[in-house]
Amino acid sequence: MEVWGQLINTTLVFSTALIFAALGGMFSERSGVVNIGLEGLMVSGAFAAAVATHSASEAGFGSGSPWIGLIAAVVYGVLFSLLHAVATITFKSDQTVVGVVINILALGVAIYFTRSLYDGSVQTPQLYDVFSKVSIPLLTDIPILGEGFFHAYPTTYIVAILVAVSFFILFKTPFGLRLRAVGEHPSSADTVGINVSRYRYIGVMLSGALAGLGGATITLTTTSSFAYNTISGQGFIALAALIFGKWNPLGLAGAAVFFGFAQAIRNFAQLFDWSKNIPTEVFYMLPYVLTLIVLAAAVGRSSAPSALGQPYDPARR
Amino acid sequence: MDTTKKIFNKSSLLVPLVSIVLGLIIGAIAMLAGGYNPILAYTSLFERLFGSPYHMGEAIRAITPLIFTGIAVAFAFRTGLFNIGVEGQFVMGMTGATLIGVLLDLPWYIHGPLAIVTGALFGGLWAGIVGFLKATRGVNEVISSIMLNWTALYLANYIVAAFLLEPGQQKSRPIHASALMHIDWLIELMDRARMHWGTLIALLGVAVFYLLLWRTKQGYELRAVGHNPDAALYAGMNVNRTIVKSMMISGVFAGLGGVFEVLGVFGNQTIMAASPGYGFDGIAVALLGGNTPVGVLLASILFGGLSYGSSGMSFGAGVPSEIVRIVIGSVIFFVAAHGIVKYMLKPFMQKRSADKRKEAA
Repeated sequence: MEVWGQLINTTLVFSTALIFAALGGMFSERSGVVNIGLEGLMVSGAFAAAVATHSASEAGFGSGSPWIGLIAAVVYGVLFSLLHAVATITFKSDQTVVGVVINILALGVAIYFTRSLYDGSVQTPQLYDVFSKVSIPLLTDIPILGEGFFHAYPTTYIVAILVAVSFFILFKTPFGLRLRAVGEHPSSADTVGINVSRYRYIGVMLSGALAGLGGATITLTTTSSFAYNTISGQGFIALAALIFGKWNPLGLAGAAVFFGFAQAIRNFAQLFDWSKNIPTEVFYMLPYVLTLIVLAAAVGRSSAPSALGQPYDPARR
Repeated sequence: MDTTKKIFNKSSLLVPLVSIVLGLIIGAIAMLAGGYNPILAYTSLFERLFGSPYHMGEAIRAITPLIFTGIAVAFAFRTGLFNIGVEGQFVMGMTGATLIGVLLDLPWYIHGPLAIVTGALFGGLWAGIVGFLKATRGVNEVISSIMLNWTALYLANYIVAAFLLEPGQQKSRPIHASALMHIDWLIELMDRARMHWGTLIALLGVAVFYLLLWRTKQGYELRAVGHNPDAALYAGMNVNRTIVKSMMISGVFAGLGGVFEVLGVFGNQTIMAASPGYGFDGIAVALLGGNTPVGVLLASILFGGLSYGSSGMSFGAGVPSEIVRIVIGSVIFFVAAHGIVKYMLKPFMQKRSADKRKEAA
């Protein structure tokens, strides 16, 4: 039975990063900007977190180092997302293409500077100050569920709070209403005096910050270092979670937990009788195949923000 | 004559050229930031490229797959689809060719062609899944093809590990000589650089890309759907079938790229930790080349040359070869966001047109 608690626990570890990134994607896409660049933004966050945490440890910040890493990931993620914002919002370039460029650039920059910072090594040094799991007193003693839900990394608690906060912001505040208006019908929003570009810039920058946190989460809880394959498609899975979750914070969190489970199960494949003889490659394929099946089976076109992918041109409204 | 003029007219060429220059400048800035000497680095790049017949041959070897993946991406773009799944289709092409090349024993005039066709089909069918899901279920082709890229990687690894493994090694048994596509006399001539027939097929592919899209009725339909699916539907074209067809043709080009990496270059298939990356570079090639046949060819020469020459940079100037990823990334950033380039060029352009107006007056 213990194994089930651990499975829940590992699922949450993997889902945390996905939820961060998918929330980021939500703010961007709700404002009408497609963000294929989530993957690159996660790479940037993972890289910045590794470098900053390593430097902070060297400088003697001890257990405060990963928090410095988180902040660095946010700042660097926002800077990178600004490239996206300038190209797609101010200069009205194709959003999908720019997103792909962000992915290529982010990985190139991260690996290049990893190699020049650490004497040609393709990987940052192993971090010794990373997050460790925090137990919530009393709750952690509940059988199975305690181990599953209340013995987690700080980032998992942060993301749980962020999901609630994002839901509140998006649906209960004037800011959220305006952001959604800009994504659904920018010309109407413009007519009532909402600055479309400003809201889209905010949406894209939030995606940089949150996807950066997602990447940092992977570095600081799972891998303890940054290498070219640290992210390996997580940003795209987050994007799928966003679509599957119908651009809603609660929906995308649920979808991300589902995809997190698909990743977690591969660490447990050896522990169950039924799964021992299945080739490991099958478990590696699982998250991607499941994503595909889910998208094919469950997604309607109607739920995407109406103006998604269209640059706003006031001259043509 | 008119077409050549059109291809080389000033405005269509200006943005890519300026983007290339800006990309190289950003690369230089990144080198300075990393504490390297950019001038030494760029010199070593060119020395590597043109230094010896071997390196020139190997550069052509590096350019060839980019031509394939470049036309694959460009073809889909022309029909309104973004095929980011070229990477996975490339891997499936490799796998198809390896299966035939390793498992069967046939005379050379059947074995080689069969391996090529099988690989091309693998690539085409893999892309067909994406087209099918988009046409029938409305699944965004970008997401589904990215998922299929990862699936292809692990599926290929599984196939190699389960059916083709060379005992004790992380790669397949060698492809039988009857299926190999080496050009032996050219290999001798180029100091053992790995020259193969794939380069010739790639050039033919560029021609096919042009003829298919601009000289056939089907091509007209494909481009019409790409231009305006609603209008195409109204005109009585079967948009859904066109989407699937377009993806499959694109996948065949991608698959062929993978086929010749196996049959022409390596002679076996390794178990890969990450996919080879030619598919993603194909996106860069197609964008820089403006999705035109000649443009794609020139862009693949540029990016293939840069990628191959980057090993010279790390050798001669100690610069990590990933610098080239930054250069290529910046180049296509500026091509994609051509508004930025035009904005930067505005002062110059206005002056020129003002001069012209003065002349006219």
